[in-house]
Amino acid sequence: MPRARPKIAVYKFASCDGCQLSILDLEEELLSISERFEIAYFLEASRAVVKGPYDIGLVEGSITTPHDAELIKEIRKNCRFLITIGACATAGGIQALRNWKGSAEFMRYVYARPEYIETLDKSTPIADHVRVDFELRGCPINKHQLLEVLAAFLAGRAPNIPNHSVCVECKLRGTVCLMVSKGIPCLGPVTQAGCGAICPAYGRGCYGCYGPKEMLNSESLAKRFLELGKSREETVLAFRLFNAWAPGFREVEVKA
Amino acid sequence: MVDNYSNSRGEETSQEVSKYYLLQPSLINELIRALRDDGYAVYGPVVRDGAIVYDELESASQLPVGLRDRQGPGQYRLEERGDGAFFGYVVGPYSWKRFLYPPRVKLLTVTSRGEVTVHNDWNGKMAFLAVRGCELAAIEVLDRVLMRGPYRDPVYSERRKNLFIVAVNCAEPGENCFCASMGTGPEARSGYDIALTEVLGDGVHYFVAGARTTEGERVLEKIGARRATDDEVSAASSVMKRSLTLFKKKLDVNGLKEEIYGSLESPVFTEVANRCLACANCTLVCPTCFCTNVEEVTDLEGKVAERWRRWDSCFNVDFSYIHGGSIRSSRMSRYRQWFTHKLATWVDQFGVMGCVGCGRCITWCPVGIDITEEAANIRRAQEVSAT
Repeated sequence: MPRARPKIAVYKFASCDGCQLSILDLEEELLSISERFEIAYFLEASRAVVKGPYDIGLVEGSITTPHDAELIKEIRKNCRFLITIGACATAGGIQALRNWKGSAEFMRYVYARPEYIETLDKSTPIADHVRVDFELRGCPINKHQLLEVLAAFLAGRAPNIPNHSVCVECKLRGTVCLMVSKGIPCLGPVTQAGCGAICPAYGRGCYGCYGPKEMLNSESLAKRFLELGKSREETVLAFRLFNAWAPGFREVEVKA
Repeated sequence: MVDNYSNSRGEETSQEVSKYYLLQPSLINELIRALRDDGYAVYGPVVRDGAIVYDELESASQLPVGLRDRQGPGQYRLEERGDGAFFGYVVGPYSWKRFLYPPRVKLLTVTSRGEVTVHNDWNGKMAFLAVRGCELAAIEVLDRVLMRGPYRDPVYSERRKNLFIVAVNCAEPGENCFCASMGTGPEARSGYDIALTEVLGDGVHYFVAGARTTEGERVLEKIGARRATDDEVSAASSVMKRSLTLFKKKLDVNGLKEEIYGSLESPVFTEVANRCLACANCTLVCPTCFCTNVEEVTDLEGKVAERWRRWDSCFNVDFSYIHGGSIRSSRMSRYRQWFTHKLATWVDQFGVMGCVGCGRCITWCPVGIDITEEAANIRRAQEVSAT
């Protein structure tokens, strides 16, 4: 291979590894990815490590410890383009539920010796700590969107990652709106597209895996959930999932 | 206002329907079969996921017989009618736009060797069954925009040119229908080959079929439909007279364009934006909204690039992105853009309103924003500020 391939590093912070698995899940495309990129640091896939600096850093997971907060700064220095992948890295993840309560009490319940645990009070997205060049949403990310970002990087173009609602994807694929036809509460109207609107296609309301769409109106949708018979608490809990701490979702409170 | 409807199939026999035929319910199946035998892919109403949508028909047994669609702002439910009506519902979430102007189209492929392939090789032949008056008007609006205007869209035009249309006159308007206000229904005006009126009750059930084109006449003759008697034609006409009295929703279009132009800074738009989700549902269910985005995608090897077109919406921020930023960043400006386009600027642009009164945007708005109410609010606010 005559030309130097751009080096990719994949990092993990507080997360379930699902987004890294989405990379491995690219099965058929992995060969052509490895032809065009050097997968230089990806511990989930290989112990073999090629030294940095790296052209692309893909970061999974949220910052939850003082150690994380220092490490991400080092990673940033080592990567030309830093791309966060998944709801943990872009919004704080499901573990950001502790942000409303603090971690001290949770630790007393979970750990026999909580004094051994060194943790931050809040789980926060990578962009709260370092400059991020691109955020790829999802819980987990959509592997085709990741491929699109990598292909765009190679072509030197902007990736086609729309920030409109999940509703657009439902309409494109021809799904009948669950909220209108069945009264099922759905986060689709406030959630960014990317998954292809999978859940509504199988009769379930959107869980908001891809986080807030641009210029969303959570309060109006929350009001609609109440009209559909949900309690205010149930409505708030619908927003408190993988992207609970994302601005736009986190403001939905029990008292409107 | 909506003038010069024209269908591309056959010759329109005259300005009015010249011949009326009578179809017993069993002949509807024959109609579908005859069209299929003639090489048409026949599309019509079927039930899917709790709603009536349009899909390919092989026989009349797929039709949503005996169902009604109960609609409200942000609400849609199917119910049993209990009378076995074939067409006792109005319009569902998806319009014929889906077939004439598909949601996603691959426009071209370019290879690194410089080979360019333009993908416009569609050569099918479609027949639509149960097209409502509002929908005929919507197709006519799209014809103006995509076929008869200065920018002819080959994707739409290819699908449109061999289209055979069986219209259905609406015997009962739905809760969100306001076609009577827009001059597009409940009776099919023009732009069809055959229009059916369902006559049901007092032990009778039949369809009076008006043929408007020679092709429509030919198909009706082929399935052995007899000519309708004067009494049968007059029964159908009574059904339609009654239908006109059943409208609950209306939109006063008289002078509306000027009222809207005088209200661009109206607080009504700000108030709507408090409820509006900017989710784009209204535009995607609208049978006349035609906006698209064009995306170029490349493969990892850098050998093949494709250009795709997909439905877009003025409610998406990227839609109004030009160099330096988006023109319409707020929800208020997006709702105002859409509302103003449908009811006012469309007239200046295409000589006809962009709204045909089908009510889909009201039903399928997740929070039930009602274009007829907002138009009335604009008027009211104008009157208040004038006094």
